Amino acid sequence: MADPDTPAIELREVYRDFRRPRTSLREAPPVVRAVRDVSLTVGRGERFGIVGESGSGKSTLLRLICGLDRPTSGEVLVEGRSVGDQPHRRLGWLRERLQLVFQDPMSSLDPRMRVRDIVAEPLVAQGIGGDHTRRVRELLERVGLDPEAADRYPHQFSGGQRQRISVARALAPDPDILVADEPVSALDVSVRAQVLNLVDEVVEGLDLTLVFVSHDLSVVRHVCDRIAVMQAGEVVEVGETEQLFAEPQHAYTRSLLAAIPDLHAALAGRTAQDLARGASPDAPD
Amino acid sequence: MSEIQGAPAQGLEGQAAAGGSSGRRLNPSLLIGGGIVAVVVVLALVSYVWTPYTPMRVLAVEPYQTPNAEHWLGTDRLRRDVFTQILVGARTTLYVGFVAVGVAALVGVPLGILAAMSPGWLGQLVMRSNDVLLAFPALLLAIMFAALYGGSTRVAMIAIGIATIPAFARITRSGALGVMKTEYVVAARAAGRSPLGIAVRHVIPNVAGLIIVQASVSFAIAILAEAALAYLGLGTPTGQASWGRMLYEAQTTLRSAPHLALIPGGAIALSVLGFNLFGDGLRDWLDPKLEGR
Amino acid sequence: MSAPAPEFDRGNARHGDDSRGRKRGMPGDRTVLAVEGLDVGTRHTPLLHDVTFSLHRGERVGLIGESGSGKSLTALAVMGLLGEGLRAGGDVRLSGRTAATRNLLDVGEREMARLRGDAMSMVFQEPMTALNPTMRVGAQVAEVMRIHGTQSTTGARRRVVELLDQVGLPDPAHLARSYPHELSGGQRQRVVLAIALANDPALLICDEPTTALDVTVQATVLDLVVRGVEERDAAMLFITHDLAVVATVCERVLVMYGGRIVEAGPVAEVFGDPRHRYTQGLIAASDLVGEGGRRGRAALPTIPGTVPAAGRFPDGCVFRSRCDHANDLCASLPPWTPRGEHPAGDRAYGFACHHPAGERPSHSTSPAGALAEGSTVEMEQHRG
Repeated sequence: MADPDTPAIELREVYRDFRRPRTSLREAPPVVRAVRDVSLTVGRGERFGIVGESGSGKSTLLRLICGLDRPTSGEVLVEGRSVGDQPHRRLGWLRERLQLVFQDPMSSLDPRMRVRDIVAEPLVAQGIGGDHTRRVRELLERVGLDPEAADRYPHQFSGGQRQRISVARALAPDPDILVADEPVSALDVSVRAQVLNLVDEVVEGLDLTLVFVSHDLSVVRHVCDRIAVMQAGEVVEVGETEQLFAEPQHAYTRSLLAAIPDLHAALAGRTAQDLARGASPDAPD
Repeated sequence: MSEIQGAPAQGLEGQAAAGGSSGRRLNPSLLIGGGIVAVVVVLALVSYVWTPYTPMRVLAVEPYQTPNAEHWLGTDRLRRDVFTQILVGARTTLYVGFVAVGVAALVGVPLGILAAMSPGWLGQLVMRSNDVLLAFPALLLAIMFAALYGGSTRVAMIAIGIATIPAFARITRSGALGVMKTEYVVAARAAGRSPLGIAVRHVIPNVAGLIIVQASVSFAIAILAEAALAYLGLGTPTGQASWGRMLYEAQTTLRSAPHLALIPGGAIALSVLGFNLFGDGLRDWLDPKLEGR
Repeated sequence: MSAPAPEFDRGNARHGDDSRGRKRGMPGDRTVLAVEGLDVGTRHTPLLHDVTFSLHRGERVGLIGESGSGKSLTALAVMGLLGEGLRAGGDVRLSGRTAATRNLLDVGEREMARLRGDAMSMVFQEPMTALNPTMRVGAQVAEVMRIHGTQSTTGARRRVVELLDQVGLPDPAHLARSYPHELSGGQRQRVVLAIALANDPALLICDEPTTALDVTVQATVLDLVVRGVEERDAAMLFITHDLAVVATVCERVLVMYGGRIVEAGPVAEVFGDPRHRYTQGLIAASDLVGEGGRRGRAALPTIPGTVPAAGRFPDGCVFRSRCDHANDLCASLPPWTPRGEHPAGDRAYGFACHHPAGERPSHSTSPAGALAEGSTVEMEQHRG
């Protein structure tokens, strides 16, 4: 384990460009800057939120942090070690430290695998020994599922239960960092609360660092200590959660906050027109 | 096709309760197709230990006999027993199918997966050479091979197999591309699986259904191609029993002794149907989503 | 809610009258859609039970519930778009340009096609699949007017630009010539809305129209939807799972669970003071912030379990398998309890729960129910 003072995750001037397919033989293919000049530090044990709309670059940033993609320039450090310039096969250490929970509970579990193989996959892939059967039972109980679930296939579970399986898989190698990519946006409201409580409980109980990516500011507000707001590949604002909600500095953050429908505000009389006005303050009515 | 009972209604995306998982149900396609395939296999196996008459032996009997007690399926122009030839011909049919499909699948599937999983020039190269091969008609390739290496069942079928590689590579690639986009593959990468591990553990099981269906279709095409080549006199040489060859030889007497064409023709049609049904059934049987519902 | 207008008194007087197919559409009656006792199901599985509601001109009503509650199915039944193998029973009447003399469930497909896109129209969740990718968007907007003969070819062309302008699309004349894939998700949804509003429908049904959109885009589209129906004095049925969106857009709300409407009423009353235990749980679980600021972590109230699969809801109260307050009384179907006067009738404001929230226990359980408690529990489990 590295020095406890090193941050869990550090990004230094990270850029990621994508080249579009060629549209002409003569001209160079167009370049899309998915992430530009992002520098962030996530401390150990922190709950860090990344918020943005579609196309903001938050998913690309997440892939960079997880070593699933390499930055065009800049540095990505996890627990002080560089992620970005390593070939995938030398990232074994990262896979043990950092694990992921995905958005879509349907497509994030291989339909052809039984739950026990799904949950044990990180253990098998990293050659971690020990009694996998017992570990899988332990993990399933930890996330509130019946250990008998191990013998079933993903399609036999509801969306919320599948997200629990996903969390169990992420916890298998005993990681320090949990990265969650929109883990509740595909879930029903009543189930969303269950999964948010579970995430909270494992982060608290296992003393994890959490990176939580979402388009939903109210969910991020509930879960995170600190939030980065992304727009068009850039981080436009970073701040403590309550600070950011109370006094948003950037115009985009303000419009994002103003556009969220809220039950209390709506009952107090906020209309769709108010939302729309908040979302684009300069637009005429 | 759907095995799911009680059509799930729109808007009521019923979430599967974690109900008990019973065993896989054998579906009718699998049973009927499997039955037909089994019959062909049994015919071929029986021919190794027993045939009513020595295969290909010209007998001192009347030619063009219709089915009777002596000769269950009659005799042909050269006074040979038709049932004996059907038995021995089943061997050729299976041999033909397995060689052609085997060559095509063993080369095509890895190529397709390689093309899907390796971004950039390698994937492009694989698929472009595939396109070149695709532009070659299978029969033409078989004729070229026959000209180069002499006409034999094996040469013909290797040629047909090579010509079928692009079909396997394409269907595997398109299926694998879909699988590579799923989050469970990203999850596997994040879990530290190597590309080979992902190919074996995730990609192949999830494209298996596509490959099986392609294999059953190719199997049927190979049987027909063998018949066509025999018909052209390029495949199975004279003196060896094959259903295609029997059909070819029956053409001159189509009017006077139609059973000589109908019997091998029927055998070919039935086994083609059998392999197609078997493929469909196998695909459904392997799909855990259709299990125990 | 102030005193109801005199013309609505008739609606209240109807209470207790069970006969179906009453004459509607008399002058002064502002009812656009009247659904009574709508049942939908496959041959083996009932999916909707006794869905009853009505919409008035200019009224915006939300239909909320989780996936599998039957809200989309309700919309499809009204539109006559039920899939194969689904049957509908009950009474659905629409008074658009003509009076509601016929039950739409008995009307043939040809006649329904004439109504769809004209007197009633629908906006779906996925704007990409709702548009034909091979047709220019302007032509698609014009088509709906041509089909229903509301505009001539030249008139339609002018009207397309007007409509696209109304839904806030920049440079509408130019945009009409683009193909769907050239537009963003929000722009596509605006085009879909323009198509839905093209013939000034009396009824607009929106099925999760903003779920696939970003928050800022959602705000604009919601505003346009509200304005579009307000300008036309149309009735709107707005389907969503997002309570905050309903509260923002609608005046009245219907809460669905297990194919039944379990609670209904004005938004402020239903969300501010829910009576059905499901509504109560739903509101609590979706409120991440809490009234007075931030909620403690890991303390989100939840509804136990998950929504059962279609056809696996319990008998009696559909929610009792997930309800903390359920006892054996709940094995019998809870009757509809009106909460107060409402111009749209008593099914528009009330709930169906044996143990409603906000009442003292002595009041909620009848003596007979209390006596029976515990004695028939085992029997109930067998039935479940």
